[in-house]
Amino acid sequence: MSSSDAHAAAGQHAHNPNLAHHFETIEKQDHAVRLGMWLFLGTEVLLFAGLFLGYTVYRHFYHHVFHECSRTLDLSLGTLNTIVLITSSFTVALGFHAIKQGKNKTCAALLAVTIVFALTFLAVKGVEYHHKFQEGALPGKWYHFAEIPDMHANLFYTVYFLTTGLHAFHVIVGMSILAWLMVRVIKGRYSASYYVPVELGGLYWHLVDLVWIFLFPLLYLI
Amino acid sequence: MSQSNDAEPVYPAVNYLNADRGVWSWLTTVDHKRIGIMYLVSVLLAFLLGGIFAMLIRIEHLTPDPTIMSANTYNRMFTLHGVVMIFMFMIPAIPGVFGNFCLPLMLGAKDVAFPRLNLLSLYLYWSGAALALWGMISGGTDTGWTFYAPYSTTTPMTVFPVLLGVFVMGFSSIATGLNFIVTTHTLRAPGMTWMRVPLFVWAIYATSIIQVLATPVIGLTVLLVGIERIGGFGLFDATRGGDPVLFQHMFWFYSHPAVYIMVLPAMGVMSEIVGAFARKNVFGYKMIAYSSLGIAFVGFFAWGHHMFVSGQSVLDNGAFASISMLVGVFTAIKVFNWVATLYKGSISVKTPMVYACGFLFFLVFGGMTGIAVATVSLDVHWHDTYFVVAHFHFIMVGAVIMSFLMALHYWFPKMFGRMYNEGWGMVAASFIVLGFNATFIPQFLLGNAGMPRRYYMYPERFTALNVASTAGSSLLAFGFLIIVVYMSYALVRGPIAGSNPWDSRGYEWDTPSPPPKHNFDVTPVITVDPHSYQNPGEEVEHVIV
Amino acid sequence: MNDLMRRLLFLPVQASTFAKPVDYLHYFVITVTMLVSVGVGITAFAFFFKFRERKARQSTPLVIPSVKFEVVIIGVPLFFFFLWFVQGYKDYIWYTSPPANTMDVYVMAKKWMWKFAYPDGPNAIGTLHVPANRPVRLLMTSRDVIHSFYVPDFRIKQDVLPGRYTETWFEAVKPGRYQVLCAEYCGTWHSQMWGEIVVMSGPDFDNWMADQKNGLAERVDTGGDDGGNFRGSLVDYGRRIATSQGCFKCHTIDGQPHIGPTWLDLYKRKETLESGETVIADEGYLTESMIDPRAKVVKGFKPVMPTFKGRLAAPEAAALVEFIKSLRTANLENAPSKEPVYEPVQRR
Repeated sequence: MSSSDAHAAAGQHAHNPNLAHHFETIEKQDHAVRLGMWLFLGTEVLLFAGLFLGYTVYRHFYHHVFHECSRTLDLSLGTLNTIVLITSSFTVALGFHAIKQGKNKTCAALLAVTIVFALTFLAVKGVEYHHKFQEGALPGKWYHFAEIPDMHANLFYTVYFLTTGLHAFHVIVGMSILAWLMVRVIKGRYSASYYVPVELGGLYWHLVDLVWIFLFPLLYLI
Repeated sequence: MSQSNDAEPVYPAVNYLNADRGVWSWLTTVDHKRIGIMYLVSVLLAFLLGGIFAMLIRIEHLTPDPTIMSANTYNRMFTLHGVVMIFMFMIPAIPGVFGNFCLPLMLGAKDVAFPRLNLLSLYLYWSGAALALWGMISGGTDTGWTFYAPYSTTTPMTVFPVLLGVFVMGFSSIATGLNFIVTTHTLRAPGMTWMRVPLFVWAIYATSIIQVLATPVIGLTVLLVGIERIGGFGLFDATRGGDPVLFQHMFWFYSHPAVYIMVLPAMGVMSEIVGAFARKNVFGYKMIAYSSLGIAFVGFFAWGHHMFVSGQSVLDNGAFASISMLVGVFTAIKVFNWVATLYKGSISVKTPMVYACGFLFFLVFGGMTGIAVATVSLDVHWHDTYFVVAHFHFIMVGAVIMSFLMALHYWFPKMFGRMYNEGWGMVAASFIVLGFNATFIPQFLLGNAGMPRRYYMYPERFTALNVASTAGSSLLAFGFLIIVVYMSYALVRGPIAGSNPWDSRGYEWDTPSPPPKHNFDVTPVITVDPHSYQNPGEEVEHVIV
Repeated sequence: MNDLMRRLLFLPVQASTFAKPVDYLHYFVITVTMLVSVGVGITAFAFFFKFRERKARQSTPLVIPSVKFEVVIIGVPLFFFFLWFVQGYKDYIWYTSPPANTMDVYVMAKKWMWKFAYPDGPNAIGTLHVPANRPVRLLMTSRDVIHSFYVPDFRIKQDVLPGRYTETWFEAVKPGRYQVLCAEYCGTWHSQMWGEIVVMSGPDFDNWMADQKNGLAERVDTGGDDGGNFRGSLVDYGRRIATSQGCFKCHTIDGQPHIGPTWLDLYKRKETLESGETVIADEGYLTESMIDPRAKVVKGFKPVMPTFKGRLAAPEAAALVEFIKSLRTANLENAPSKEPVYEPVQRR
């Protein structure tokens, strides 16, 4: 039975503060956290899947009403938001690229830009929500939208508010993560040799973007 | 591989139990073994609670009329029983306790991949459980654990805290599953290829996939019910065009695979134990491992068999029914392999093996009655009757609890370094296996006779069978009581076990019992297949069946 | 054989055309299940004994599955399961395809009662009258939460949903009274949401229907309120009240005269009173006799019955009347009490 001396092993990687005691190498640890993140993203997809299912079912039931309601959403604002989010995904990817090369300042700046984009997205979303509140195009029992009297129209707005609401919540969470990462990038916690957290934060942000890329056509376009 | 310990067994002076002292050291520990022990204490308390509710329900059913409680109390009681047993006991029981304790040991790892996430998962479980219990005590929930809309969205009782509790416990389950998947992928000891992963780990791995992929859906679903109650969003409200059946689809999309979250680890335990006590290589290792993954996969597409009479289309019913049959085939593969493992073995019949024998019967009977209720025309009569209650109790109590007890007895020496009393173990096991049959076989017949589940009062013609079932349940309760007594004694006074009292070849036995804080003094290197009972270099007969 | 298996398995009577095929498949499935599970249990147990540990740390042979073995353990269960599936699905398709000539009845479920309505006929609460040997289709909806219409004797069940109609159908094979249960949990009195299907022979049903249409609206079956003491079928409730109030100390239900007149065929019977008048024992008379028993005593009986005023709540009195109404045999006419017709009541 061959064996490696645990104490010697511990001594070997004592110099790397980012390596947890139960991993042998930083590569293994990186592999583990990446896998963990992908699994977590999987759970997020499934979380949204339930709402997408609701959308599909009610779209199928009340096809015409859903089509009509979809026209009441502001397509230009929706398009603007889509562009904003896609751009923010691009900036976060650039940020990851920067930290990989050890350019902490560039990375922090790019993360800051991403956060600004996220705030823009939320602001635009807020404007849209405000309109809906004024019109009374609201979910369930709150529905009193004069333009479309059909009783099932409320379900469109139920789905609309639930999906965009849950998405907006994810935008806020993602934004907070990016902000936290930005602070740590500035502090120099990450570098060309240790950048996995930035990568994971970026992955999360891509997911937030991806969900929107599905939501936008479903709610605004068709 | 450590061999037998012929010398007087010793209790390691320093081990994970006493390496750090004080309550605080437990509450802040990231040691997977301590987290496992804390899970053990928690799920045992939950089981006690759920068991008390079960007994109260059985006592209530002694007469067709009100016996000891009012209708509303009864409705809360079965809700409590369901929620506590499913979310607080069954789902975390084997993965939370034995998964946590044994999985890293079996992989030769020092810990799980994300130890802090592991501790967080325990705290989430505690907070979710506290929320749910508080909700049920303060207001009382009467929806059943299934929370069917629109009943759950309109009942005047308190539902929200329970929904929130289930939501939070869901995150605990996701965190645990995620942790185990990553651990299995990245922390296997040198030499442990995928085909050398112990079968318990395979089972936990398959379970974890379900936990990670299915649990978010129930999280969302209970949240939607909560929103519906508070905000009136109308998603499941027929008067606003919503569809109550949509709730059922979303609910069962999780809750059917959740059955496999409960039963797959149980099958994993069985695979370990049958090999260890028959001193045989587990027969058909690959078939058992792959069938775990098969169940996990197919389990995602069978949920509609809970809805055969819900107004689902005939075509859907056919599709869901035929897919459900496949689950039965995967289970059958495992069963035959376990029995074949016994063949030509050298079997020592200890307490876990008594449970194993019960487990086989319960799993086969419970599983095949599952196929029976998945047969659409039969389900029309059986749906929502006691037949279904008896069927899933055969799997959940029969198979899962037998397996939980097997695991408890088998790994007790590993966890605490002491042995329980074998004689009392056998007595309790006999009580439990018999009591269990006596409790639930009458319930199958009640279902045949047509008694619907969740009935507070029932037509008088069902009295005799109900009384029989209650009588059986008292045997069951008595059996559990015996276990509590001898196990408590063993915990303090039991004889010292030594590192490998069963002379098992599971990798987790290669370290002292109880293990040191960092599991292995020397990182193990795996050179042989798992469950291998040949001595190195030994030539044995090869039999092909 | 059928009857033996049915009794062994505690199955109720097979009162619809759907019941038999379902039960036959049931016997097959449950027999195989029983044999296999006991077989596996016994095999394991036998191996425990046969291959018990004879010396410590004995080495064991390496047993390897052959391809043939693997094919068998996968193929045989697959074959059986799909056999059941195919047969079950065929029966199910038959069960979900009502024939063209069904009699339709609308069913509305609400907490905690069943309401029945014939398209051009009467409404009823709790009791559904249908003819035997004619297919009946039920079109069902719920006014509040999900319920489930379940008749164990017919082996049928269908969830009843708010906001849409679901349907089920059956063809009863013999006259009698069959219990309807709610099988989907629906709140406090879920367990008491009972109803009854009264299956009548074809001509009887036609007569009954004609009666109903003749405007004898007060004779429609009523039953149940939302209260806690509602015990499903009003008739069953009535029988319980009769037992608990001690009615059977003086009244029989088998036609034998006792201290009071027998209840068999009492309803609609023309009775001669002590005063010489005659009276039809309708709902009004029966209720009056409970509240003020000495006002109109049937000739030949002593005025010994105590008043039940204040002891019977209105629904209880109604239930008793309904119970007495259920004790009607086919050939009643105006046979007076003194010559009771002996005919055993059909009771399940």
